[in-house]
Amino acid sequence: MDPVGPVGQAEKTILINSTAIMLAIVIPVIIATIAFAWWFRRGNTKATYRPDWEYSGAIEMVVWAIPALTIMLLGGITWIGSHDLEPSKPLPSKTQPLKVDVVSLDWKWLFIYPDQGVATVNQLVVPAGVPVSYRLTSATVWNSFFVPQMGTMIYTMPRMTTQLHLQADKPGVYDGLSSHYSGEGFSGMQFKVHAVPPQAFAAWAQGARGSQLKLDGAGYAELSKPSSYVKPITYGAVVPGLFDAIVTNRVPAPAVQHNKPISGPGA
Amino acid sequence: MTTEAATIGLTHSGSEDTGLGDRGPQSKSIVVPYGFWLFVLSDMVLFSALFATYASLVHATDGGPTTNQLFDRNLVAIETMALLLSSFVCGLAMITAKRANMLWTQVWLVLTGVLGLVFLGIELHEFASMIAEGAPPQRSAFLSSFFTLVGCHGAHVTAGLMWLGTMMAQIWAKGFREDIVRRLLCFSIFWHALDIIWVAIFTIVYLIGTLP
Amino acid sequence: MNLLGKLTWHAIPFDQPIALVTGLVVVLALGAILGWITVKGHWPYLWHEYITSTDHKRIGIMYIVLALVMLMRGFADAIMMRAQQTVAIGQSQGYLPPEHYDQIFSAHGTIMIFFMAMPFIIGLMNFVVPLQLGVRDVAFPTMNNVSFWLTASGALLINVSLVVGEFARTGWLAFPPLSEKAFSPGVGVDYYLVALQISGVGTLLTGVNFVTTILKIRAPGMSYLRMPVFCWTSLASNLLIIAAFPILTATLAMLMLDRYLGFHFFTNDGGGNSMLYMNLIWAWGHPEVYILVLPAFGTFSEVVSTFSGKPLFGYRSMVFATLAICIISFMVWLHHFFTMGAGADVNAIFGIASMVIAVPTGVKIFNWLFTMYGGRVRFTVPMHYALGFIVTFAIGGLTGVLLAIPPVDFVVHNSLFLVAHFHNVIIGAVVFGVMAGYTYWFPKAFGFTLDERIGKAVFWCWFIGFYLAFMPLYVLGLFGATRRMQHIPDASWEPWLIVAMIGALFVLAAIVLTVVQLIHSIKTRDQRRDITGDPWDGRTLEWLTLSPPPHYNFAVLPDVHGEEAYWTRKQTAIKLDRLIDEPDYKPIEMPINTPTGVICAFFASVCGFAVIWYIWWLAILGLIGAFAVFVWYAWRDEHEHVIPVEEVKANARERRRIRQEHLQSLSQSV
Repeated sequence: MDPVGPVGQAEKTILINSTAIMLAIVIPVIIATIAFAWWFRRGNTKATYRPDWEYSGAIEMVVWAIPALTIMLLGGITWIGSHDLEPSKPLPSKTQPLKVDVVSLDWKWLFIYPDQGVATVNQLVVPAGVPVSYRLTSATVWNSFFVPQMGTMIYTMPRMTTQLHLQADKPGVYDGLSSHYSGEGFSGMQFKVHAVPPQAFAAWAQGARGSQLKLDGAGYAELSKPSSYVKPITYGAVVPGLFDAIVTNRVPAPAVQHNKPISGPGA
Repeated sequence: MTTEAATIGLTHSGSEDTGLGDRGPQSKSIVVPYGFWLFVLSDMVLFSALFATYASLVHATDGGPTTNQLFDRNLVAIETMALLLSSFVCGLAMITAKRANMLWTQVWLVLTGVLGLVFLGIELHEFASMIAEGAPPQRSAFLSSFFTLVGCHGAHVTAGLMWLGTMMAQIWAKGFREDIVRRLLCFSIFWHALDIIWVAIFTIVYLIGTLP
Repeated sequence: MNLLGKLTWHAIPFDQPIALVTGLVVVLALGAILGWITVKGHWPYLWHEYITSTDHKRIGIMYIVLALVMLMRGFADAIMMRAQQTVAIGQSQGYLPPEHYDQIFSAHGTIMIFFMAMPFIIGLMNFVVPLQLGVRDVAFPTMNNVSFWLTASGALLINVSLVVGEFARTGWLAFPPLSEKAFSPGVGVDYYLVALQISGVGTLLTGVNFVTTILKIRAPGMSYLRMPVFCWTSLASNLLIIAAFPILTATLAMLMLDRYLGFHFFTNDGGGNSMLYMNLIWAWGHPEVYILVLPAFGTFSEVVSTFSGKPLFGYRSMVFATLAICIISFMVWLHHFFTMGAGADVNAIFGIASMVIAVPTGVKIFNWLFTMYGGRVRFTVPMHYALGFIVTFAIGGLTGVLLAIPPVDFVVHNSLFLVAHFHNVIIGAVVFGVMAGYTYWFPKAFGFTLDERIGKAVFWCWFIGFYLAFMPLYVLGLFGATRRMQHIPDASWEPWLIVAMIGALFVLAAIVLTVVQLIHSIKTRDQRRDITGDPWDGRTLEWLTLSPPPHYNFAVLPDVHGEEAYWTRKQTAIKLDRLIDEPDYKPIEMPINTPTGVICAFFASVCGFAVIWYIWWLAILGLIGAFAVFVWYAWRDEHEHVIPVEEVKANARERRRIRQEHLQSLSQSV
C-alpha cells in the first residue's frame, strides 16, 4: 500500500478505484439488508405485508442491470490494466533498463547481474529511477518473486523463464520475499532490495567485483545445498551463461530432498 | 365442490400434463440406463483430461523417441477392427438377450470377450515392444502421456471384460431377469462408449501422430 | 522384498510430542466411543438403522456427523496455525517447526474442503432433495450408501496419517514439482493422493445419483419450473460434480504415476510440465468451490422465503442465475494463476469472465432482499445466518472481483488478502449455509428443534469470530504478507495477528457451543417437540410429512399443482377447513439395507493404506476383495422389501389426525 515505483503505483490506483466503485453498490446492499429485515420484521404492524408479491419486471431489469453495468466498467479497467501492466512489457523510460537474472533456490534468492558480471544472494541492489528488466527461473521448485512496494510478483518455475519489469522511483530499502510456498525453508526466503542513486549503483557494482567469492560450478553446487535464512552473499565473478545453464538444466545440481520424511528412515 | 377441489388439488385425480414427463418418478428401465449414461459422460471427461494432457505433452520427447518412430499403423488397424467387431457382436448379444435366447446370447458374449482380449493382447504387445526398444513411459513426458491415455482405455477394457465375465456367469445362473438384462444394457453402453473413445485415440494419437 | 513395504515402527511419531499426544488422544477417544457403543449394546441398532441403511435421510445424517467431526479436526489445525503465527515473530521460531507447520496447513485445507464442507452439503442434499421432490428416495439408494462409505474411507486415511507416518507438506492442492518424489519422498503426499482418489469416487457417484434423481424422479406434476430452488441448486452442483471430479481423478492419478512409476507428467526432467498440473487442478478446483456454494445459496433461498412468509422473489430469475453460475464457473480457472505469465490477453479474458459470475450472484442477492421486502420476517437462527451471509458474502464478493483484476492480483496473489477472501466467501456462504440448513432441517430429521438461545450464541460467535479473524488478514495482505508462513518476518504485524487469534477463539467458542447445543437440545427435547411436522410454517414438500418422516417419506406421492406445492395445498386446506381427501393406500416397496458400502470401503481403506506404504501383496488383496464384494452384491436376488399396506395406512392416518388437530395453527401468518 506504499508503492515506490510506477508499477506498484498503478496497481494501487486500480485497487482503490475498483474498491470504491464496488463499495458504491455493496454498502447500500448491506444497509438495505439490515433495513428490509428490520422494517419488515413480523412485529412491525406498520409495514405492509404482501404475501403474494414475488415478481416485478422492472425490479428484475434493474437487478440484472446494476451488476452488469458495474462489471462492464470493471471489465474495461481489467482489459486496459492487464495490458498496461503486463509483466513482460518494458517500462517506458528514457534510461536503458538494467538487466537482472533471478534464480530461486532452496531457500534463497540468487541475483545475477549479467552486464556487471557479479551476483548476490538475498540482496538485490538496483539504481533508483532506472527500470529493471528481470529474467526469472527456479533451480528446483516453484517460487514467486515479490517485492510488495515495487509491485507485480511473478512465478519462478524450473526449466522455464518468466519476465518482469519493475522500477523503484526513489532510493530506499524494500522488503522482498517468495510468495509461493516451496517447502521447509520457505519462510526464510526474505531478501532486501536496496534502491540507490545510479552513481552509487555503479560504485557498488565496482566494489562487488572485488569480492573473492566466485559463482562457478563449484560455487553454485555449494549454493544449491538446502539452506534457509541465508545472510547476503556477494560474488565477484559469475561464470558466463549460468542463468541459461540453470534453465536448460545443464548445471549439475546435487539431489535436493525438500520435504524429508520426519518419521525416520521408514519412508 | 369437486371441480373446485380438483383445480386446487384437494383430490387425487391425476395432475395435468405439463410436458417433460411430469407423470411422476420414471421406471427403473429408464432411470438405470440414464444414470449409467451420466457415469459414461463423466468417464469421457476423465479421458478429455488425458487427451488434453497428451496434446500438451506430445512433443515433449526429451530427445527420445517420437510418434513417427514408434507407431505401427498395421497393428493399430487390426486392433481397431477387433474392438469394433467386438462392439457389433455385443449388439447382437443384446438382441438375443431381449429374446431370452440363452445359447446365442452366451455365444455372442463369448465372442465379445474374445475380440476384446485380442484387442488387449495386441495393445500389450505394442507396449512391451515399445518398452523393449527403449521407449518406456519413464523415458519422456510424451511417452508418459501416451502410455497413460492408451493404457487408461486398456484398463477400462480390462475392467469391462471382468464385468462381462461376471454378467455371463450371472445370466447362466439366473436367466434373463429384468434387472440382469438392465445390467447387460449398461454393459453394452459401456462397451460402445469405449469404442467411441478408441476412435478418438486412434485418430488423435495414431493417425495424426504418424502423418508424414 | 519387505513384507510390510515401507512401513516400520519409525512411522509412528515417537519423537514429536505434539503429534504423538494428539494421536494418542484421538485413538483413546475413538476407543472410548467404540467401547461405549459395544458395552451398551448399540451395535445392532447402529448397523441396521444407519451403517447399512439405504435411506437417503439416514445417509444424509451420517454425512453431516462426519462433517461435524472433521470440522473439529480441521479447526484444531486452524487454531494451531493462528497460535504459531501469533508467537513466531522476529527471533522466535514458535512452537511448530516448519516440517510440522507445513503438514498442519496442508491438512487444514484438505480436511475442510474435502471432508467437512463437501460432506456437509452432500449430507444436506441427501436429506432434503428427495423430500422436496415429493419422492421416496434417490435414484440409486445402494450406490448412495457406497458413496458415503468411500468418503468416510478417505477421511479415515487422512486421520491415520496423523499417527502412522506423516501428512503431505505441499498445501491442499499438492502442486508439483514440490509434490513430486524428488522433493517429497515421504508418504505424506501419497496419503493425500490415495485418500482423495477414494473419496473422489464416492463424490462422483453422488453426482450421478442426484442428477438422475432430480431429472427423472419427481412427484407427479412437478415440472422443472415447479421444483424448489434448493433442488435447482442441487442439480447445478451435481452437474458440476459430474463434469469436474473426473478431472481431479485424472490429475491426481497422473501425479501418482509420476511418484510411483517414475512417469514424467509434471517432473522437472524428462519433458514434464508443472504448468499443466496448475491448469488441470484448477479446472477442477474452481468448479469445486461452486459445487460447495450453490447448495448454500439454495438453502438460503428456502430459509429467506420461509422466514419472510413470502414466496422467493423472481423464481425464474434465480433458476437462470443458478444455471449461469454453473456454466460460467467452468470458464474462469486461470484466475488462480494470473502470475504465471500467460500474457495480457489471456489474463484479461479470464479476469473478465471471472467478474461476469458476479452478475448472476448479485442478482441472487437482490432477489433475496426483495423476498424480505413486503414480508413478515422472523428472526430465527437460520434467518440470522441468512442475514449474516448476505452482508458477509457481499464483502467477500467484492474482494473476489478485486482479485479477478489481474493487475490487482499481481500484488495480492497468494497473500493473506487471498486467504481472507476465500475464507470470507467459504465461511460467509458455505459455513453459514450449512449451519442454517442444519438448524432448519434438524427438526425434520429428529422430531424436535434445537435450542434457539444457544443457537443464536453460536451464530454470533461465528459472525464476530469470522470478522475478527479475517479482516486483519485483508490488511496484512495489503501490507505484503504472504500465506503459509511458519515465521512472521515483520514485527509490526503482530497486533493484527493477535486480533486474528482472538477471532479464532470466538470460532472455537462457536464450535464448542454447537456441541453444547446438541447435547442440551437432546436432553430437553420434550420441550421443543415438532408435533405437526411443520415447525417453521414451511412452503416446500418436506414439511408435509411428520418429523421424522417414515422410511418411505410419503404414504402416497403428492400431486403437485403450481409452484410451492406444499404452501398452496396448506393454504387451501386452511381456507376450506379440511384436509385433502384420503387417498388409496397401497403397499410400498423400499430398497433393503446393504453392507456393500461399508465392506467396499473397508477394502478400499486396506488397499489404500497398502498402496501408500508400498505393501503390494496387501494392495492386491484389497482389490480382489473389492471386486469380490461387487460380484457378491450383484448376485443378490432380493433388492426390495415390502411395507404392508396396514402399516402405511396406520402411519398416514396418524399424520392426518395430527394435521387435522392443528389445521388452524399450521399457518401463523393469518
